[in-house]
Amino acid sequence: MATRGGILPWVFYFMSEKKIKALQCKECAHEFPAKATHVCEFCFGPLEVVYDYAAIKSRISRASIEKGPRSLWRYWDLLPVETRDVITLQEGFTPLFHAKNLGKLLGLNNLYIKNDSVNPTFSFKDRVVTTAITRARELGFDTVACASTGNLACAVAAFGAVANFRSFVFIPADLEPSKVVGAGIYGPTIIGIEGNYDQVNRLCAEVADAFKWAFVNVNIRPYYAEGSKTLGFEVAEQLGWRAPDHCVVPMASGSLLTKIYKGLQEFTQLGLIEAHPTRMSGAQAEGCSPIVSAWREKSEIIKPVQPKTIAKSLAIGNPADGYYAKKIIEATNGAAESVTDREVIDGIFLLAQTEGVYTETAGGVTIASLKKLAASGKIRPDELTVAYITGNGYKTQEVVMNEVNKPYIIEPSVAKFREIYEQISSKEKPHGR
Amino acid sequence: MAVKVRIPAPLRKLTKEQPVVDCEGKTVEDILANLEKNYPGMKERICDENGQIRRFINVFVNQEDIRFKEGAKTVVPDGAEISIIPAIAGGVR
Repeated sequence: MATRGGILPWVFYFMSEKKIKALQCKECAHEFPAKATHVCEFCFGPLEVVYDYAAIKSRISRASIEKGPRSLWRYWDLLPVETRDVITLQEGFTPLFHAKNLGKLLGLNNLYIKNDSVNPTFSFKDRVVTTAITRARELGFDTVACASTGNLACAVAAFGAVANFRSFVFIPADLEPSKVVGAGIYGPTIIGIEGNYDQVNRLCAEVADAFKWAFVNVNIRPYYAEGSKTLGFEVAEQLGWRAPDHCVVPMASGSLLTKIYKGLQEFTQLGLIEAHPTRMSGAQAEGCSPIVSAWREKSEIIKPVQPKTIAKSLAIGNPADGYYAKKIIEATNGAAESVTDREVIDGIFLLAQTEGVYTETAGGVTIASLKKLAASGKIRPDELTVAYITGNGYKTQEVVMNEVNKPYIIEPSVAKFREIYEQISSKEKPHGR
Repeated sequence: MAVKVRIPAPLRKLTKEQPVVDCEGKTVEDILANLEKNYPGMKERICDENGQIRRFINVFVNQEDIRFKEGAKTVVPDGAEISIIPAIAGGVR
């Protein structure tokens, strides 16, 4: 008979759900303990989470996922946390729908919109922050912080409140007021920096070093970025367990595009979907398009730029994952496209007036780029294409405020209404068509 | 040509914690070779196995990124200041 000491460790071994093995440098493959760190000590490359895929494979299945919560935590097995007690606002599992009206207009028969603007704080940032803050608590932190162009600030503040953490958000001082309010409502300390996002980011790297807080997109970044994979997982599941033919993704640092692709690859590797050659295409605003430029010039170097665009949530002049995003676009035979601020605004109206989705400027960038890619034949009419809408229009009302139809003010009488009706019925056209 | 090279904190173990060291050389390549001679182990941290400067390390000659000049062949004027700066992996989307 086995002694207690002999059998118990084995029972625990088999019951244990541990899945994070280490952090590994994407460049030189050096491994590090899975702590709060993001840069390789040896070559300064970015670190990524290494999973125990054999253990994950033994317990994950389509059925196990389908039984999970209706949030991104249904993919718990593939997220970089060990605890089951996650900090959540029920984020993720957002709608994916066949965009027939917009598709018809653009000549795309199989166009889908992934509407991630309906997350709890109205952007896809809830995905990365739920992951980051759950991991941060697991690593012993009680203060959370971020460098943000706005959406991230809102998410960090909300999750910080729910987790009962102290929260500090660092933003460029000229950020859209609705984003400042959207973060401020949750009660964080907001620090406005007189400078652009890249300067905010550099400062945060130094503050993270000095203060030992959990900066979600600095020292917690390897875990944080993994949250974006769920945008790949969900789309595959929502399409009936298959990968799309083509994804169109907005790019700032380039991380989102790389992680959506990684999500599809992980599903394939684990046998949850069949291998399928998904093409990945990236969208940027012309006033900040270092990744698109590098792709066009076939350059190995992503040349930093000074951002100048209304798409502030994408205004990262020195994109950390730009090199990797460009590599994936090339390797999958995708394309990169950039659009003017005018086209961004038209893109916002176009999506609203065809599909009823009001997106922020980043979504305008995606839709305007989608339109160009379709027109130039880079997206084929029958490709099952998914356009990712990552943020909500109520966050950037300023850019469309002066262009939406203004109300006609009349006295409360049918005669007055008839008068105005006759005036307007001949001339009014929707915007952006 | 004598130049001053600023060493980032993670590499200062190799320079006995000196933040700035003196070096000789006409080009960035020469400077790196000279740095390796005086502080063995430095080159493998800054350059990959093919001798190329690693992707996440920025080298500046008098505040100018050498990627936008002649790379490792960039000529270094006498008295120049060379900065070796790890790129910070950050960003949001």
